[in-house]
Amino acid sequence: MRRVSKIAAVACIASLALTGCGKNDDTKGSDKTSTSSADLCKDASGDGPKVGLAYDVGGRGDQSFNDSAYAGLKKAVDELGATCTEGEATDGEAESARETRLRDMADAGMNPIIGVGFAYSEAVNAVAPDYTDINFGVIDGFDPDADANDNVAYLGFAENEGSFLVGVAAAMKTQSDHIGFVGGVHNDLIKKFEAGYVAGAEAVNPDITVDVKYIEESDLAGFGDPAGGKEAATAEFDNGADVVYHASGASGSGVFEAAVDAGDGHWAIGVDSDQYLTAPAEQQSHILTSMLKRVDVATFDMIQSIADGKPLVSYQTYDLKVDGVGYSTSGGFVDDIKSDIDGYADKIKSGEIKVPTAP
Amino acid sequence: MILSGFLRKAAQPVLAPLIAVIAAVLVTSVVVTIAGASVSDFWSVMTTAPKGRNWVNIINQSSMIFLAALAAAIGFRMNLFNIGVEGQYTIASYAAALVAGYAFFPGKLNVVVAVLVAMVVGALWAGIAGLLKVTRGVSEVISTIMLNAIAGTLVGYLLSNHGEQYGQGRRTTPIPDSSQFTGWTFFGEHDGAVWSLALIAVVAGFGISFLINRTRFGFDLRATGQNEEAAVASGVQVKRMVVISMLLSGGIAGLIWMPALFGGADYYGPPFQHQLGFTGIAVALLGRNRPLGIFFGAVLFAWLSEQANPLGLVAGISPSIVQITQGVVVLAVVIAYEVVRRWSTAQEQRTLRAVLDSTPPQHEQKEVTA
Repeated sequence: MRRVSKIAAVACIASLALTGCGKNDDTKGSDKTSTSSADLCKDASGDGPKVGLAYDVGGRGDQSFNDSAYAGLKKAVDELGATCTEGEATDGEAESARETRLRDMADAGMNPIIGVGFAYSEAVNAVAPDYTDINFGVIDGFDPDADANDNVAYLGFAENEGSFLVGVAAAMKTQSDHIGFVGGVHNDLIKKFEAGYVAGAEAVNPDITVDVKYIEESDLAGFGDPAGGKEAATAEFDNGADVVYHASGASGSGVFEAAVDAGDGHWAIGVDSDQYLTAPAEQQSHILTSMLKRVDVATFDMIQSIADGKPLVSYQTYDLKVDGVGYSTSGGFVDDIKSDIDGYADKIKSGEIKVPTAP
Repeated sequence: MILSGFLRKAAQPVLAPLIAVIAAVLVTSVVVTIAGASVSDFWSVMTTAPKGRNWVNIINQSSMIFLAALAAAIGFRMNLFNIGVEGQYTIASYAAALVAGYAFFPGKLNVVVAVLVAMVVGALWAGIAGLLKVTRGVSEVISTIMLNAIAGTLVGYLLSNHGEQYGQGRRTTPIPDSSQFTGWTFFGEHDGAVWSLALIAVVAGFGISFLINRTRFGFDLRATGQNEEAAVASGVQVKRMVVISMLLSGGIAGLIWMPALFGGADYYGPPFQHQLGFTGIAVALLGRNRPLGIFFGAVLFAWLSEQANPLGLVAGISPSIVQITQGVVVLAVVIAYEVVRRWSTAQEQRTLRAVLDSTPPQHEQKEVTA
């Protein structure tokens, strides 16, 4: 009995401590952004919209999805005089916790309230009808039932188109005609990234080999698991891939570490934000490019629509045509193939290339 | 003398948790300070009186955490370290949601069938680890960890391939309206309802308490946990006990998510609450594997998680910080119990020595008469 308690206690603490470590690692590189951002909402004192921003698992400092939403918020604070409050999801939290977060913001008079991530879809659907004078936005969101909410905007992206472009970059840069993909969670959203990436690579080289791995089958913890990201990417590098694209949120820092460990000539491709800008110096030389999903544009648009008195509602799609997705050139590693990538981008915009949304 | 005896008796159940909570408060305060936030802000948010909807969430979450901890505790009581509660309730929840979604039976009968399915699936999944242990000698620690990973992957696979399209994800078919069992709205209309099936936790708590303390099976279980050799010598079939305990533990684990499923979750999909199995292990330790202790532990954990939510809004602190509080409470309880146990053993020995020293003549007399 006592022996079991001791083992169990050690195991519990170890698991808590280890998740803690994982989190620490991935915030290290973004110290600049997180210290300045900690004060953003405290210092904001404009008379623009009062924004409630609810982050997904990983939170601010993930150097990816959530940070991109934060960038949009910052722009709104600077340009529209917005004020804000922020909330953050924790791993394994109850659905009710998401609802409570949104209700707390609504009760505090926030408008608009933006949920960052599709996981807020249900919670917004439950909360929005109770606050008809407040506008809600859900990044990647969808309406889970048949009753349309006329105060909710679902801000979606054509991730497959952006992923297509980095797939082109990967296929042109690989020396071994062998590339990889690491997804956070094996759901339809991340499969969209995979589909675009594979299609882009095959457009350049139909015989290319693409390794595909997912960190989790259904548990959203896959977006906050740098150790899992590193394991998956290392396996792909060991298997012969020399460029690995990740769509795994905060787990991506592990993918970058794997690229550094694999040595020169091994590349990682970032996602959502321009991850070259937030990565530590030793990783920067391994970040080929990043697929930009302009969550910041969508977040800012949503806030601006409130400031203008013309709130966004219903489904909004941010695709290549409106610069809702794209790729980054920081580091200059894709400068030599930029014209080729842009050529494909033009074909997508004109409709000549249709990018698949499912693998 | 009487006072110190009383003190000794009261020491373990009262003193140890008290020390643990104080230690947790101190450590968390230090961490909050290091993180550069205000300690007084943090504690004022955590101790704000919950509003109606917060109470509802605390009660609902407590019921699930309680069931998870109860499942873990059954194994712990007989030295079986079942850390597979996570996997057992994941796969059981999926199976139950699937069956309830098909609605083979009308109305509330559907609920009963789904709950039974959850228990059976949870029990079978845990039973695999039990069988491996008694037939092949595989440590249940290893096998249940593996089974957790397999359960998560299997459910994800089944969902991806057979679930229905739902936004960016997949889910099982929602249960019909007639099978919903929402519960009681104690507060405002928008504050949510206390789930009807939260009562399962109460029933399971009393049931398990009776089983362990008042039945032959419970005696065998406790005996095996305290001293396996002695239990074998007195005729307990340990292998049989291992399998039965694992089945029981898994069966209770299967119940964990049932209150949520019929209380409004409606289907198994992306909003499914993971990690309750691991929370349960921590709470079982905190409650010393006794239903009453687990009850207090579950409420404490639910309170901390719920109250942490506004931390980001009000005090600019990440709500994840309460995971540190929760971890420290568990660690401190285990240490505090050990310290208090040693202290009271030393006290007992001292008292015994004092008694023996004060009555030496009896000893000599005995020798003479012999």
